[in-house]
Parts: sequence; C-alpha cells; structure tokens
Amino acid sequence: MADRITKNMARNIYFGGSLFAILVFVGLTFDTVQKVPELSNDDQITHSVASGKNLWEVNNCVGCHTIMGEGAYYAPELANVFDRRGNANEEYFKSYLQAWMAAQPLPNNGRRKMPQFNLTEEQVNDLADFLIWTSRIDDNDWPPNIEG
Amino acid sequence: MKYSSQMVAKPYFIFALILLAGEILFGLILGLQYINGDFLFPEIPFNVARMVHVNLLIVLILFGFMGAAYYLVPEESERELWSPLLAKITFWVFAAAGVATILGYLFVPYATLAEVTYNDLFPTMGREFLEQPTITKIGIVLVVLSFILNIGMTVLKGRKTVITVVLLTGLIGMAVFFLFAFYLPENLVLDKFFWWFVIHLWVEGVWELILGAILSFVLIKVTGVDREHIDKWLYLIIAMTLVSGILGTGHHYFYIGTPDYWLWIGSIASAVEPLPFFLMVLYAFTMAKQRRIDHDNKIALTWAKGTAVIAFLGAGVWGFMHTLAPVNYFTHGTQLTAAHGHLAFFGAYIMILFTIIAYCMPIMRGRPHGNCLKAQAVERASFWLMVIGMLGVTFALTAAGIAQIMMQRWPETGALGFMATQAELIPIYKVRFAFGLMVFIGLLTYLYSFFVKEPETVRS
Ligand code: HEM
Ligand code: HEM
Ligand SMILES: [Fe+2]
Repeated sequence: MADRITKNMARNIYFGGSLFAILVFVGLTFDTVQKVPELSNDDQITHSVASGKNLWEVNNCVGCHTIMGEGAYYAPELANVFDRRGNANEEYFKSYLQAWMAAQPLPNNGRRKMPQFNLTEEQVNDLADFLIWTSRIDDNDWPPNIEG
Repeated sequence: MKYSSQMVAKPYFIFALILLAGEILFGLILGLQYINGDFLFPEIPFNVARMVHVNLLIVLILFGFMGAAYYLVPEESERELWSPLLAKITFWVFAAAGVATILGYLFVPYATLAEVTYNDLFPTMGREFLEQPTITKIGIVLVVLSFILNIGMTVLKGRKTVITVVLLTGLIGMAVFFLFAFYLPENLVLDKFFWWFVIHLWVEGVWELILGAILSFVLIKVTGVDREHIDKWLYLIIAMTLVSGILGTGHHYFYIGTPDYWLWIGSIASAVEPLPFFLMVLYAFTMAKQRRIDHDNKIALTWAKGTAVIAFLGAGVWGFMHTLAPVNYFTHGTQLTAAHGHLAFFGAYIMILFTIIAYCMPIMRGRPHGNCLKAQAVERASFWLMVIGMLGVTFALTAAGIAQIMMQRWPETGALGFMATQAELIPIYKVRFAFGLMVFIGLLTYLYSFFVKEPETVRS
C-alpha cells in the first residue's frame, strides 16, 4: 500500500483530512453546547447545586469515585447515588448523606477508607443537592443497573 | 552531537527518569491500598497518592518531550538552539514548580491547598489530571510558551524538515488545548465535555504528532533510511491520527449527558483510531528491514520497535476493546479502563522517551556509537522486565475488569454492590501488584545500566 502513495499524496490526505475533521468537530461542538442545557436541566442549577459542585472539586472526591463513569475506580459511582440510597426522597437522601459523611472513616479493618472532610451541615446539603441534580441528567440510561 | 546547545536536553531527560521512579513508587502505594485499605491511611489517602501518581506521569512526559525537542530540533534545523539560556531557565522554573506542587499535594489537605492558592477567585482545580492549583497551571502555560518560542525560533531560522514542522504543530496544539483547563463551567456536563478537549485531544491527537516526529528522528538516525521515505510514512500516520482522533473524542461522549448522535460518531470515528498505531508498527519494522547502516546502538532500535508494538497493543487493541458504544455501556469506568490507560500511556509515551534517551544520551555522554555491549545487555534486560511487567499489570486489570462487569454491571437484578465486588477482586489485585513490582525492578535495572563502566579499550 505504502509504495503506491507518494509523499505529496500523504501530505494532502493529512491537510485535507484534518481540516474536514476539525470543521465537523467544531460544528458538533456548537450543537452540543446548545443541547446540553436541556439534557442536563441547566435551569435547575441552583446556588446550592453550584456550591456542591465546588465542594466536590476542592475536596477532590473524583480522586476516589467515578461520576458518570469518569474519575477514579477506588470507590462507588456517585452520579446515581441518589437513586441508590435516596429512597426517591430528597430529604431522606440529605439526612442519609449527613450521617454518612460524619461517620467517616469507617472503622472496619482493611476496608478502603474515605477521609473525614469536616464539612458543615450546610456544605453536606449542598453536596447532596449537586448529586441529586446530577442523578437527573439524561445520560442515555447509564449505568446499566443501580449498583453503578 | 553536531551542536553544543543540544546538551541542554540532558537535565530534562535525567529529571524525567527521576520523576518516573516516583510515579511508579506511588503506583505501588496505590496498588497496596487496593489490597489493604488501611495502608498509609490517613497519612496518604488514596486520592492524594493517585494525584501524585498521575501528575508525575504528565509532568515527566512533558519533561521528556522538551528534552527530545531540545535535542532533535537543532540537529534537524542545522543550527544552534535559539536560546540555550532560556532552555536552562525554563528547566529550573518547571522543576521547582513541579516539585512544589507535588509537595503541596502530599503535605497540605487538598481543600486547604485550593484555599491558599485562591481557587475561589479562579476555580480550575479538582478534576482528574487537572488537579494542579491555578497558579501552577499558569506556570505551566508560561513554561510551555517559552519552550515553544525557543523551539519555534530555531525551526524558523534553520532548515525546515517534515519532522520539525510536525513536532512544532504537535507542541502548539498541546498548548492550545491546555487552555481548556482554565474553563470550569458550573454545568457538570459542559465541564466534562471540555475536559476531554485537554485529555483526549492530547493523547489521541497532538501528542501522537509529537510521538511520530520523535520516532521518525530516531529511525532516520539508526537505520539511515532515506528521508523521503520517512516523511511519507510520518504524513500518513498523522493523517490517520487526526482524521480518526478528533471526531474519536466522541467515544467519551456516550454516557455523560451529551446528545445521542455521539453514540454513532464516537463509535465509528474511534474504531479507526487503532489504524495509525498499526501503521507505526509497520513503519518501525519496515524501516528496520530496509536499513542502510548497522548502527552499534542496537538498543535504540529495540526501543523504537517496542514503542510501536506496545502502543499498538495498549492504545489500538485495548482501546478498541471498549470503544464501541454498546460495549462501553458495560465497561465504562471499570478496571478495564485502567488496564487500557496503563498500557497505552506506557507503550506510547513512556517507551518513546526510552527510545529517544537510548539514542541521544550515549552521544551526550561522549559515546557516539552507543553504550558498550555490557551496558546495552543490561538495558535490554530492563526492557523486557518493564514490558513484561506492564503486560502483566494490564492482563491482571483486564481480568479484574471483566470479573467486575460480570458481578456488578451485567446482572439486572441481584447484582453485587461496588464495595463487595472489589473485595472479591483482591486476589487479582495481588497479581497486579506483583507485576507492578517487576516494572519497578525493571526501572532500577534500567537506571543501573547508566552506571555500567565502558571497557578501557573502547574509551581510548
Ligand atoms: C507499575 C506499577 C503501577 C501500579 C501498581 C499502578 C497503579 C495504579 C492505580 C491503583 C491507579 C488508580 C486506579 C483507580 O483510579 O482506582 C492508577 C492510575 C493510573 N496510572 Fe498507574 N500504576 C503503575 C504504573 C503506572 C505507569 C508506568 C503508568 C504510565 C505509564 C501509569 C499510569 C496511570 C494512569 C494514566 C492512571 C489513571 C488511569 C485512569 O484514569 O483510567 N501507572 N495506577
Ligand atoms: C496513546 C494513546 C492513548 C492513551 C494514552 C489513552 C489513555 C486513556 C486513559 C488514561 C483513559 C481513562 C481516562 C479517564 O480517566 O477517564 C482512556 C479512556 C478511554 N480510551 Fe484511551 N488512550 C489512548 C488511545 C485510545 C484509543 C486509540 C482508543 C480507541 C480505539 C481509546 C479508547 C478509549 C475509551 C473508549 C476510553 C473510555 C473508557 C471508559 O469509558 O471508561 N483510547 N484512555
Ligand atoms: Fe479517548
């Protein structure tokens, strides 16, 4: 194959092909940015959800957990933790999360440990709001089952 | 060595190798925490060790790319480096900023680090691979800009070859895409969407240009093959890279809240991504077969071929394994992802550093024909220890990933929970750790090969 292709042909494929790919990609990027607000319920990002996302970041939660399948693989998926632990009830989920965060690190021998982050009650509520909002994103029905 | 300014590459390579030792050491810590969750807790929680592990990886690759560029661009351009002094200053600035950031991860709680670096004013922290404080990110931009200025001026003022132009394109692309690290929208979906502009468009886009350019340089040097030939192959490889890799970004847009046309576009485009890696294998072996000279530095060619093969396995084969949307539905974010990440990063971006170092370090140490036979034999042993070790790590993680999917993902009812599944996998993680240890021993063997004495007769 390589013998029949000249250097000039190869260079033209490179420039032409890349230009084509870049143009399509830029177009799709604009379209995606248009559509994401609806797919993710952007209008429901309250101050509390935004603050929860910031807490998620500055405590590096993604250094152990996945969220929509991305992050680290040491600890459970959390994009659907509201579905898994929340009993379909936001207040229930918030009290669950308060208790969970306060109990860390669990004393079980040899079990993977989650650090104690010393968050305030309000901060944990913000995190809960962020995780509830995340659980409602239209992500093509991922994950396959409730265990994440 | 034709130009004295090529010597500035040396500290970059040495520092990259030191960081690699640190990276693998922290990998081993992570591997132990997978087996016993109490290991080093609470002194070094898993997330902290992981940040150190992956940040050292990125930084060491950047150091390696810089070393490679500082060495090969003057030689290709047939002139001295534009400013050797600037290259030396950037080295120390980058090294100091890198070390300070890693020490920050280790000794300051992450939330405090965010606070004292004013993350609130300009938030960029807390995303995988982009954990660096904003101030460090700005530092990286400045270092990379000064580096590109230096390389760019050298290219512009000297002879322009396909290799240097492709290399420079890759470096500029790398700088441009890094700018997305500064964009952190409130919407998690948009955040993820643009996060991949840095991560995916680096490793499966512009970094492949850099990889191709470095590989081509070494192949010309150790095989003596005609440049026309090399240029044609390089163009073909990077053409396939960008045609498949840019739209291939879509293989990350299946299940994160982006529109569903990505299921098709991502699957189809990324299914072609193994092709450039396959071409690299053909390229390395064809050039070796058609070689016009028999260079005494045999190990450099071994590394070059090894890079192509392991990159094809890690990125091409292990990447293809989970890149079609229906498969990815089950494999997304499992140990299979980690298996692929390890072999791809190692084969493509660590082995290419060994390749360029194998070629130019002996020259910079006054051994134009390569190291003595004994040193090359030790290095060859380290090649196999590291390659077999990484393959072992990859197979173990693949087994763990498949078992995880069968226990936790596949069953519609009665699936095992995440933590219970992980507890079941501990025997496999022990195997992974053992192979990881083999990689580390391989690296120590490699480092030792630098200290094997040259026989007196050769030296005189
Ligand atoms: C050989 C010993 C090594 C061990 C035991 C090891 C172990 C680990 C562990 C446990 C993780 C975290 C997985 C998680 O998030 O749960 C990790 C992540 C990672 N390591 Fe290693 N590692 C080793 C060497 C390497 C090397 C040599 C490279 C690169 C060439 C590398 C690249 C990575 C990358 C890219 C990630 C992030 C993976 C992802 O997000 O999918 N590691 N490693
Ligand atoms: C040298 C090139 C490559 C490197 C260094 C690399 C590295 C990685 C890493 C580190 C991840 C995990 C990212 C995370 O933390 O979430 C990843 C994910 C992925 N890679 Fe690659 N990769 C390469 C090439 C490829 C190729 C060529 C393909 C396809 C043929 C591919 C397909 C994928 C897919 C589908 C995922 C997502 C896995 C998931 O859903 O969990 N990669 N890659
Ligand atoms: Fe990718």
